[in-house]
Amino acid sequence: MEYLKLLGIVIIVVGFALKWDTTAVVVIAAIVTGLFAGMSIPDLLHTLGQSFLDNRMVSLFFLTLPMIGLVESHGLKQVAVEAIQKLKRLTPGRILNLYVIIRALANVFGISLSGQVQFVRPLIQPMVQAAAGQHRQLTPAEVDLTKGRSAAVDNLGNFFAQNLFVASGGVLLIASTMKSLGKPVSAMSIVIASIPVAITMLVVTIIYNTLFDRRFRADNSKGGHK
Amino acid sequence: MVNNLLIALYALIGAMMALAAIESFRDRSNPARFGTGTFWTFLAIIFAFGDFIPATVVGTMLVIIGVLALARQIKVGHLPAVNVQNATAAAHRLGGWIFLPSIVLAVVSIIIAQFTSLGGQVGIGIGALVSLIVAIVMTRTSGKQVYSDTQRMVRSVGAPGVLPQLLATLGAVFTAAGVGTLTAKLIAGVFPAGNQFGGVVLYCVAMAVFTAIMGNAFAAFAVITAAIGVPFVIAQGGNVAVVAAIGMTSGYCGTLMTPMAANFNSLPVALMEMDDEMGVIRQQAPVAIILLVLQIGLMYFLAF
Repeated sequence: MEYLKLLGIVIIVVGFALKWDTTAVVVIAAIVTGLFAGMSIPDLLHTLGQSFLDNRMVSLFFLTLPMIGLVESHGLKQVAVEAIQKLKRLTPGRILNLYVIIRALANVFGISLSGQVQFVRPLIQPMVQAAAGQHRQLTPAEVDLTKGRSAAVDNLGNFFAQNLFVASGGVLLIASTMKSLGKPVSAMSIVIASIPVAITMLVVTIIYNTLFDRRFRADNSKGGHK
Repeated sequence: MVNNLLIALYALIGAMMALAAIESFRDRSNPARFGTGTFWTFLAIIFAFGDFIPATVVGTMLVIIGVLALARQIKVGHLPAVNVQNATAAAHRLGGWIFLPSIVLAVVSIIIAQFTSLGGQVGIGIGALVSLIVAIVMTRTSGKQVYSDTQRMVRSVGAPGVLPQLLATLGAVFTAAGVGTLTAKLIAGVFPAGNQFGGVVLYCVAMAVFTAIMGNAFAAFAVITAAIGVPFVIAQGGNVAVVAAIGMTSGYCGTLMTPMAANFNSLPVALMEMDDEMGVIRQQAPVAIILLVLQIGLMYFLAF
């Protein structure tokens, strides 16, 4: 019967996979785990409440929202768009490489723009497509490729540099979870431990994008792509 | 000192959530405005008065929030849009200075975390306040605008914004229920603990696979770190910060390869009207696999 308390894990996995409401799934998983572990209902409510209170630090990032809202309504996006537009006349790979560096740097300062909506769709992908089509007409499959690659580069720059900001959701979640698991660790040391991965991501992405340019060279016009 | 400062910072978050509650109740266009308003009211109470009310009450509120979520009664509703004309005018006036508050936030938080005894959490709070003051002075904005932007941001973050804290809570419940020790025992039956490299591979791959199944690395982190990361890597002498940090980013490799992470992998397909539904994942998969292998190496060499 001891294994029944693992049902909480099953609920989390299945619930997230089937896209049930995430808040509900997590609360239900916690209740089920507690009940099958033999907690009484008052005990369970106490554990749940106390754990939530102990983990309030994860939500400290809410304090940064007023400032972010303010700079957003005063042209943060507009300034960034103008700066990126100055990158015209580069190869597709170089545009993507500059973008991934800008995205990573923005993350260091906690500026998390919704990249796909605000930058990739209106700005980066059209620039990449234009640069790729400088020498010859692109096939529809190649246009699709520039779209997929632009979105991919945004995700890469976003994911692997996020934890370089001390008040990011990821860093606070890691610090708080490790405290819950009895292995406390400071948010700052998480940030430092995330640096090698961010650098690795940048190096791999830059090589990957540099290889991307080969597809679009003038002499690669016939049958050079799969 | 640190604790009192933190209580004050949490109270401030509570106040921000109270604004979101008021505006959610007032949003008549939202069919779920009472549920959403209740959601923010409970959170406001928990953050503002958490240290003075019994934990059982907090737990009860969480259960009610779970019921509201299950009944789909928590919705963002109608948010005031950013005025593009004003934003563009401000962009021309401010130029690159618009980034100053964000830089102030990062620098102040790090300085307080590193060079004072107040710690990183208080650092974030003070950094946020100082950067807000810088932003207000720089944009010469009105209190009304600050109010409007604050409630807009808090409400747009919505229930997903509290998800990380809920997942950390789940991690704590798992620990209290002994889930980690049980899964460790189960896995140890198949996979002997004690091999450092084997443990690292198991943890990183499990993070990626479970993240791919669930579509969410944060959820996978609480579960897999309790079940595998702690017993198979940290208990073998691995450095906690390195193991946890790289464990999380190993999970992100799973995010890159799964259609479950719709926000990242399906949204761009729709936004850009791509022919290939898996086009984004196809571009990401090779990098994801390379990064996972490299991270296994990094964790092994840096943690031990």
